[in-house]
Amino acid sequence: MSIRIFIPIDSGALSVGAEDVAQAIAAEAATRGLDIEVVRNGSRGLYWLEPLVEVDTHAGRLAFGPVAPEDVPALFDAGFHEGGMHRLGHGLTEHIPFLAGQERLTFRRVGITDPLSLADYEAHGGFEGLLKAVGLDGAAIVKEVTDSGLRGRGGAAFPTGIKWNTVLHAAGPDKYVVCNADEGDSGTFSDRMLMEGDPYCLIEGMTIAGLAVGARHGYIYLRSEYPHAFHTLQQAIARAREAGWLGSDVAGSGRSFELEVRLGAGAYVCGEETAMLESLEGKRGIVRFKPPLPAIQGLFGKPTVINNVMSLAAVPLILARGAAFYRDYGMGRSHGTLPFQLAGNLRHPGLVEKAFGITLRELLLDYGGGSASGRPIRAVQVGGPLGAYVPESQFDVPLDYEAYAAMGAMIGHGGLVAFDDTADMARLARYAMEFCATESCGKCTPCRIGSTRGVEVIDRIIADENRDANLALLDSLCDTMLNGSLCALGGMAPYPVKSALTHFPQDFGIAPVTAE
Amino acid sequence: MPGTSVSPANLAAIQAVVERHRGQAGALLPILHAIQDDLGWVPPEAIPVIAAALNQSRAEIHGVVSFYHHFRTSPPGRHVVQVCRAESCQAKGGVALEEHAKRSLGIDWHQTTPDGAVSLEPVYCLGNCACSPAIRVGDEILGRVSCARFDRVIEGLREEVPA
Repeated sequence: MSIRIFIPIDSGALSVGAEDVAQAIAAEAATRGLDIEVVRNGSRGLYWLEPLVEVDTHAGRLAFGPVAPEDVPALFDAGFHEGGMHRLGHGLTEHIPFLAGQERLTFRRVGITDPLSLADYEAHGGFEGLLKAVGLDGAAIVKEVTDSGLRGRGGAAFPTGIKWNTVLHAAGPDKYVVCNADEGDSGTFSDRMLMEGDPYCLIEGMTIAGLAVGARHGYIYLRSEYPHAFHTLQQAIARAREAGWLGSDVAGSGRSFELEVRLGAGAYVCGEETAMLESLEGKRGIVRFKPPLPAIQGLFGKPTVINNVMSLAAVPLILARGAAFYRDYGMGRSHGTLPFQLAGNLRHPGLVEKAFGITLRELLLDYGGGSASGRPIRAVQVGGPLGAYVPESQFDVPLDYEAYAAMGAMIGHGGLVAFDDTADMARLARYAMEFCATESCGKCTPCRIGSTRGVEVIDRIIADENRDANLALLDSLCDTMLNGSLCALGGMAPYPVKSALTHFPQDFGIAPVTAE
Repeated sequence: MPGTSVSPANLAAIQAVVERHRGQAGALLPILHAIQDDLGWVPPEAIPVIAAALNQSRAEIHGVVSFYHHFRTSPPGRHVVQVCRAESCQAKGGVALEEHAKRSLGIDWHQTTPDGAVSLEPVYCLGNCACSPAIRVGDEILGRVSCARFDRVIEGLREEVPA
């Protein structure tokens, strides 16, 4: 029997040489006359170990990494393909603490299966949710999702079931399901990992959404920065259609659902749902006024469900295992799990799926292993470029939508970017305004003009020109942007700025306020 | 090296792309992507062809082309290299990499080296934040890019014989 060796085809693993490693292993095995089968899986999300090579043994999969092509002969010499020891070995993959402590629901297959194999997908619980949904009417599917407590994972945390219910009851024969895969926040990569590592999960979730609300057409709006995900999704859709999971007769239900991937074109603001709809319609990605809500008048003016990749990918399991199963994870009104993404200056960056309620300290230290540089972690930006900089004093606040909102921060898409004590917070605050200026759609004045003025005011504060007056001006400008912008881009860009000012005033040349 | 106008063959390619996609709902972005994939940029000659096919004004088409960072209105070098400027890369030495890229290539953002080998573009996140800092070369993403690795990549690109 041949030996199965897993080498990821995830773009993160490829970015650090997984393709060369795969070729080296195949060549070395051929030279030695060994019968091996190489499976190209998704990433396990232990990125500091990528390229992570796994060998299937009777005891489970053994992990070796990070493997470079020049390590390959020595690995074979050590008999790694027969469970032999080598300095790059980490024992059973599932027992690596980073992975062992996780609660992987949405990511339960990612890194384990061959992403494009329908047989693998079905062998690991795939399509169970869809087959359950096929036997239910729309209202019953919506009720299951509502009862699960699932909230939008894109950042706004709106209850998914309530959104679906609005579309279900909206009039008209033409409705759409749109997946927002414009994962533009720095520090986030969970959507990419899932689309590359388990694309059928997203396809299944979207199809269930289509059955639930009565939509026959779905679009995945994917950012153009994800070429690998684009190719994987296109192949997966073609295979799913061929196998009857998509098309005119979904799973023998007699109902139809078609799915298409559309590429964005490098505009961050198109992650805002109404700008995304404009872009899908072939226009400039300009934010729309709300109301009307997209659930009533969305894509091409029709009722439209818009959900993030992570929200839709959670749905198959909710249908398969029931609302209560999912709801039991988490705390307060934040139910289920969130795939947190550990990025920036960390020793062990990667993906950690955990129930809500975990703290930043646990994520950064227990999972992330502290900073990569070995210096103290000074600040963590949570929730992307519009998220607040959280100082060490707030690392013990549980990650829960409400608890974060209460301290003027947001969990967003679950991205964490850690900075060590060499970070210049004034420069990062300036960057937040600069980014907003670059990416503003230009429709509303607070965002379009405010962001440019913000860069200028911060420059003057840093240069100590009339500092007190400029600080007052910056405060007023942030207030205008927060309350007067049309969407979250201008409306939240002040978060990183204000949090940097509040927690790290010395970086702006201001003496810290000491407690009385 | 293409100039500012397109050859008859390229114009025919543009027309073929437009014909292929015009029936699609929201066809404009797919059309622009297909043109740029074929030619490396969106030449001004494409605008009236698209406008006529989609029954829109040239201004509307131009407005869309100019809105999106991805679409180029001038021909790129043989290779487009994007360097990530976003926060996660900044936390891992990305700012130094940006400076190194500009200095070693002798160009600024949106410019092409005099030998026509490399066009340098900023990008805001490649979704490779667990392997920061990251760059993109064509459709390939590269992670943990030190200044030395950047130089090796560029050297390799320069050695590639133009097709």
